[in-house]
Amino acid sequence: MSIKSLSEIGKDAIEAKGFVASYKWLILRRFSQVSILLLFLLGPLSGIWIIKGNLSSSLLLDTVPMTEPIVFFQMLAAGVTPMLDAVIGVAIVAVFYLVVGGRAYCSWVCPMNLITDAAHWLRETLGIRGGVRFHRNLRYWMLGMVLILSAVTGTMAYEMFNPVSIMHRGIIFGVGMAWSIALAIFLFDLLIARRGWCSHLCPMGGLYSLIGKYSPLRVRADGREACNDCMDCFAVCPEPQVIKPALKGAKQGIAPVILASECTNCGRCIDVCALRVFKFGTRFETGNKLLVKKGSMHQAC
Amino acid sequence: MNAPFAQSPASNEASRRQFIADTARTACGVGLLGLGIAVYARRAGALPALALRPPGALPEEDFLAACTRCGLCVRDCPYDMLHLAKMGEDLPMGTPYFYARKAGCEMCEDIPCVPACPTGALTHDLTDINNARMGLAVVSDEETCIAFLGLRCEICFNICPIRGEAITLERRHNKRTGKHALFIPTVHSDACTGCGKCEEACITEEASIRVLPNHLVQGKLQAHYRKGWEEKAKAGNSLVTPDAEHRYNLPEGVRYDHAGEGLIIEGANSAGASDNPVDILNRGVGSQ
Repeated sequence: MSIKSLSEIGKDAIEAKGFVASYKWLILRRFSQVSILLLFLLGPLSGIWIIKGNLSSSLLLDTVPMTEPIVFFQMLAAGVTPMLDAVIGVAIVAVFYLVVGGRAYCSWVCPMNLITDAAHWLRETLGIRGGVRFHRNLRYWMLGMVLILSAVTGTMAYEMFNPVSIMHRGIIFGVGMAWSIALAIFLFDLLIARRGWCSHLCPMGGLYSLIGKYSPLRVRADGREACNDCMDCFAVCPEPQVIKPALKGAKQGIAPVILASECTNCGRCIDVCALRVFKFGTRFETGNKLLVKKGSMHQAC
Repeated sequence: MNAPFAQSPASNEASRRQFIADTARTACGVGLLGLGIAVYARRAGALPALALRPPGALPEEDFLAACTRCGLCVRDCPYDMLHLAKMGEDLPMGTPYFYARKAGCEMCEDIPCVPACPTGALTHDLTDINNARMGLAVVSDEETCIAFLGLRCEICFNICPIRGEAITLERRHNKRTGKHALFIPTVHSDACTGCGKCEEACITEEASIRVLPNHLVQGKLQAHYRKGWEEKAKAGNSLVTPDAEHRYNLPEGVRYDHAGEGLIIEGANSAGASDNPVDILNRGVGSQ
């Protein structure tokens, strides 16, 4: 897809909008990822406990419980009746991501994204091409497998393997060999499959996609008339298949809003577009409601 | 379907074949990965014998189903003796544990680790720390425990948070010296919480008292076993027809006491008590 070399992608945007505006959402995203990590580390390092625990379950300001949905559903599949804290915790997390976009977790919170983005950057820089190709619904197969595994073994078997929770726990509670799993994912994404982990394999991404299926906060392509087909947005997008309907669907009557739940709301397309085609908005804001309906029907197909 | 961008796998025979092949390939791949994880999880999910769970932990299999590995119990332990298993450690990934020899549970009265658990993997039913059963102490080496050597130690007895109940000192004869006592530490499963303070404090180079999971230590009598003396006490009298009293064919004035007195010769001690030991030995003999 990217005929351009890495250094050319986004050049137009920097010329048109300046550096900061061309990296705004990326910078904010890195800030979010790092500050969430630091917030978790603040307690153990300084004794100021704003948030306690890790991404699997945590307690914010000693009052607000949060529980990771995939952990919660593994627990249910394993036959556990969870306590109220866990139920409230998962409800809080689910409602939050239902509003801001399910996979906003992947691009704004998950520590693994730092690793896989780095791997992707290096892959592009070194010009590594090819690699394993996956079924486009692989993450949902993985999610199904994870839940079946819990039901069959009666334990949270996937948590013995889950690179995301192992890595985050490692950072907060002591690394041990957790670096090896981060390295494994890095090498996998670098050499074996392009954006292999986050965009194909990770079952957490699959679950967050489902959670955010109807989330109102979406990237919109309201300025799509201005698109000059530079393809930069496709080049930077971790899930490029989600852009096409919104950007190129004018003739088919598809609304200019990215409705595919695999979109991570990372905002890189907004950054990289010199012509300001994209912006954050809601799935509803449009003069023509019929268009939105058609668009969502298409997504459901 | 008016969706021009949707891939339409069934548009012709070739792509239908492709679709089926792709699906089968994915299903097999994911299935194999799942099988691998299941086998790995089963092996890696075994808790080493000396690793103990925090108070209130469900039985191990249920615990592994309910614990999110969040570490909130670890954070709320005021003594920092709980840890989360790191990757590479020989413990189920990310789960809380402690090794009694390194630091045992201090048995806080408010048990802060238990309410911290959001899922009930540490059951909130546990409100009295004395009801915790993290494991069971066992004097694992009578050859090295210095109490068995006839020396005074009693560290485990004295450090026990439920002193005098979970571990008692049983007096035994010291055969080696012939005149001293052994004070043998004896663990009682009805009181021992498995906190591990005894193992932590044991003065031998390798601990001679250890806390192990209850299932590794405790025996179990067959369900039909009844202890006669307990049943008798419960019923208030003997449950079987008492044996007929044994009768000895003894001379007049002489009887036998089964309770331990032995042969009793009436009148032997009362009249004419002598200071002469020979008379005492010969008592009753001359009177016949």
